[in-house]
Amino acid sequence: MSNRFVAGAILIAVFACSPLTRAQTTERRESGKNIHRDGWDRIVPPAPKDQKSDPAPVRDLTGIWEPTPGYRDGVFATGPREYPSDGKPEHELPFTPLGLKTWKEHKAGFGTAAVPIAENNDPFDICDPIGYPRVELFNLRAIQIFQSKSQVAIIYQNDQVWRNIWMDGRELPKEILEPRWYGYSVGKWTDDYTFVMETVGLDERTWIDNVGRPHSDELKITETWHRVNHDILEITMTIEDPKMYTKPWSPLNKFRMRLQPEWFDIREMICSASEAQEYNKTVAEQAVADKNAKKK
Amino acid sequence: MRNRQVTGFLVTVALLLLSGSLFAHHGNAAYDSKTVTVKGTVTAWVWTNPHTFLKFDAKDEKGNVVHWLGEWNAPSTLINFGITAKSFKVGEEVTITMTGMSKTGQPVGRVTKVILPDGQELSMGSER
Repeated sequence: MSNRFVAGAILIAVFACSPLTRAQTTERRESGKNIHRDGWDRIVPPAPKDQKSDPAPVRDLTGIWEPTPGYRDGVFATGPREYPSDGKPEHELPFTPLGLKTWKEHKAGFGTAAVPIAENNDPFDICDPIGYPRVELFNLRAIQIFQSKSQVAIIYQNDQVWRNIWMDGRELPKEILEPRWYGYSVGKWTDDYTFVMETVGLDERTWIDNVGRPHSDELKITETWHRVNHDILEITMTIEDPKMYTKPWSPLNKFRMRLQPEWFDIREMICSASEAQEYNKTVAEQAVADKNAKKK
Repeated sequence: MRNRQVTGFLVTVALLLLSGSLFAHHGNAAYDSKTVTVKGTVTAWVWTNPHTFLKFDAKDEKGNVVHWLGEWNAPSTLINFGITAKSFKVGEEVTITMTGMSKTGQPVGRVTKVILPDGQELSMGSER
């Protein structure tokens, strides 16, 4: 009896610990492959190859969009698609002397001038608002666009923020009384499939991208969102800031987003101050340990 | 036998010339490009932004307990690779591979792969 009991217990234990059993739970699921899931843990179908899309609807950007062909293609950790900070001559920006000086004062975790984590002064590290245009030039993930007669509203997965682009005929403010993290935006349709928006009044505390490119109070952003067909939207952005750059430059040029299913739930991706504090504390402990190790 | 008694420590140290990893937000300037594999006991799985941390204890060659810190990607990225807030339990014995170690030799690194007690491997595959 005793032996039977032991054998039975072993069998149960083996079964309970087997990968097959554990695979049924959320604790153990297939790993090593990139299986994209939305916020409700539903598997998102990958972008189809050679898909023939329906024509785009007229003057309509509504829907949920993600970078394509890969949903992580808009992470841009080392700088935006057209101008990564990689030391290549063709990616050098047309800095003014002030622009170059200000960029050097920005201690970013990425790019050609990257510093160790404990030494950086990235405002987003302490959960200051990521701001615009960085919300599109770093971790451009899922977005959802709502549209009415008077405005286009964009909500971003990154930092769970939104922007309102007015198209009720108003002009950009002549004078900025209150700079904003996400600025003041107006937009208009230049044809049935092309929406052009302009933004000014951006808070100078924000960085343009993840490698610390700077901007001044004279920053003006122009974006062209062109709906190629029903499924694809192309984003082109141009940056003008005569204080920081001698000529305009375009960090994004026809960057592609794909329309997602209506059931797609945008995942939370929020900079939590307490989590950032915990992270920075942990990093600081590491930095102190490193410093002590150097002294020895 | 002696080796067994000091297991739970570094198994392999290999120098790999890998390019910088694509951890978002924070950089990797404090890390070099070594790859280290350590067998240890999970003390905490910190599922936080901007990055996650796997804390674990392992014994060094002299039998002293070393408190390791493995930094991994953001939750919003790991979740797509089958790695969740519930992937690790405190007290579990796991084998952790880290690529990118503290340049000053501290027990800190960037996690690339973890093997669970049941043999399952958690990783981002070829992606970083």
